[in-house]
Amino acid sequence: MQRMAGVLLGLATALAGCQREERQLRLDPPIADALDRVALMPNRISGAPPDVYFVLGKPYEANAYNLSQGKRLYAWFGCKSCHGDGQGGSGPGFLDGWWYYGPEMVSIFASIRDGRPHGMPAFGDKMTTDQIWQLAGYVQTIGSYQGKTAAPSRNDEKQTRPAENRAPAALLFDEGPSPVHPDQGPTP
Amino acid sequence: MLAAPLAGCAGNWQSALDVYGTSAISLKHLIILIVSVCSVVWMLVMVALIAALCRSRDAQPVSAEPGRERRMTIAVTGAVVATVLIIGTFTILSFVATHALTVAGQDYLTIRVRGLQWWWGLEYIGPDPSSRFETANEIHIPVGRKVRLKLEGLDVIHSFWVPSLAGKQDLVPGRPNELTIRAEHAGIYRGQCAEFCGMQHAHMALLVIAEPQDDFDKWAATQRQTAAQPAEDETATGLQTFLAKPCAACHTIRGTAAAGTTGPELTHVGSRRTIAAGVFETTRGSLAAWIADPQTIKPGNNMPMVPLTPDELRAVSAYLASLK
Repeated sequence: MQRMAGVLLGLATALAGCQREERQLRLDPPIADALDRVALMPNRISGAPPDVYFVLGKPYEANAYNLSQGKRLYAWFGCKSCHGDGQGGSGPGFLDGWWYYGPEMVSIFASIRDGRPHGMPAFGDKMTTDQIWQLAGYVQTIGSYQGKTAAPSRNDEKQTRPAENRAPAALLFDEGPSPVHPDQGPTP
Repeated sequence: MLAAPLAGCAGNWQSALDVYGTSAISLKHLIILIVSVCSVVWMLVMVALIAALCRSRDAQPVSAEPGRERRMTIAVTGAVVATVLIIGTFTILSFVATHALTVAGQDYLTIRVRGLQWWWGLEYIGPDPSSRFETANEIHIPVGRKVRLKLEGLDVIHSFWVPSLAGKQDLVPGRPNELTIRAEHAGIYRGQCAEFCGMQHAHMALLVIAEPQDDFDKWAATQRQTAAQPAEDETATGLQTFLAKPCAACHTIRGTAAAGTTGPELTHVGSRRTIAAGVFETTRGSLAAWIADPQTIKPGNNMPMVPLTPDELRAVSAYLASLK
C-alpha cells in the first residue's frame, strides 16, 4: 500500500513537468476589440478593465510569454529613449514603484494607448491592443508592489539595474519618486 | 528498396551534393573523398574480421617461428602507418577546403546579414559605401565574384546555410562572423536557418539569386531607388492605410513616412519572390492572407494581427504588391 502511494507520488511529480504555460499567440479579433474597452475614471486615472480581462485570467500580468513580448516591445518602440532601463530619464522611472497615475494595469494601458501630458506620446495608432496590454504588463512588472511568479526573459546586455523578477519595489527601493516635471500628474 | 529513400535527393532545390559555389564544390569533393576512403578502410577491416572468424583454431599451440613473427610486425606497422597517413591527409585537406571560407581577400561586395526571429535582414554595403541599401530575405549576387557576408544574430543564435553555395556559419549575438560565398553558375539557391532558433525555425528560409553582372547591377540600381508614388487610387489608399495603421511603426518604405526598423524592409517587397521568409510566393493574394492573419500562418512570429476592414486590406495588399 505504502509502495503504491510512493509510486503514485513519484508519477504525479514527474507528470507535473508536463504542465506548460499557455501562450496566447493569436487573439481573436472580437476579444482584442473587447480588451480595448477599458472603463477609465473621468480624470483618466484608474478604472476597471473589461470583463473579458478577468475571464481570460488576467493574462498580461502573470504570463511569462506576454511579459517577454512586453520586454521586446519596450525596446522596439523606443521606451528606453525617455524611461531608460526603467530608472527613468527625461520621463519618469518605473523601478522606484512610484506611479503618477496609479499602479493599476488600466492606467498604464491608458497611458500607452492615449498618451499623457508633458511628453508621453500616444501609441494607439502604432501598436495593436494585444501589444499595448503586453507592454503595460511588462512596465507594471518593473515597478511591481508584489513579487510575481512569472518573469520576462533575461537581458542580453549587461544588467544596469535589478532584474524584473527581484523582490517587490516597495520593499527595496522606497527612495521616493525620480524627478519629473512638477506639473506631471497628481502628487504621489 | 534503395531507390525509394534516395528519390528525395533528386532536384537541385537545396542540397549539399548539388553544388554551384566555390566552397561548396570543394566541400563536396572532400565529402566524396572521405566517404570513399573510409568505405575502403571499412571493407578491409570487415574482410580481415570475417577471415579471422572463419579460421578454425589450430590444433597445436602456435610455434614461435621467426618468419611468422616478422609478418605480424609488418602487418601491425603497416596498419598504424596507414592510419596516421589517412588521418593526416584528411586533416590537411579539410583545412585547405574550409580555409577559403573565412580568409579575407579581395571581395567585390559586402552584405550585412542580420538573423532575426524569423527572417533575414540584409544590408548591402559597398563596393561603394554611398550605394548602400536594405532589403530582406532575398540575396542577389553577381556570378563569379566573391561576396563577403557579415553575419550577426540580433536575438538568438541562427545559422546561415545555403548548401549549394557554402557550408554553415552561425550568427551569434554579440559575435560578428564572416562567410565568403562565390557562385560559379547563375541560378536560384535556397537556404535556411540551420540552428534551432524558436517556434518558426523551419520557416526561416532565404533565397540566393546568382545572376550575371549586368542583371545584378540593374537589380541593385532598382533596389537603391525609393518606392514609386502610387499610380492608382487603390494603391494611394493603400499607402494612406499603411501609414495610418500600426504597419508603419515596424516597417520601412523608403520615400514615404514609414520608417520602422523592427520588421523587414518593404520598399521593393513586390519584387521579391517570397514573403514571410519563404512561406508564400509573393502575390497580392498571399500578401493579403499574410496581413489578415499572420499568427495563423506562422504562429508566434512578431507580426501582430492588425484589425483592418476588408477595403483597407484590399488596398494595402494592392499597394504592397505594386512595390516592384
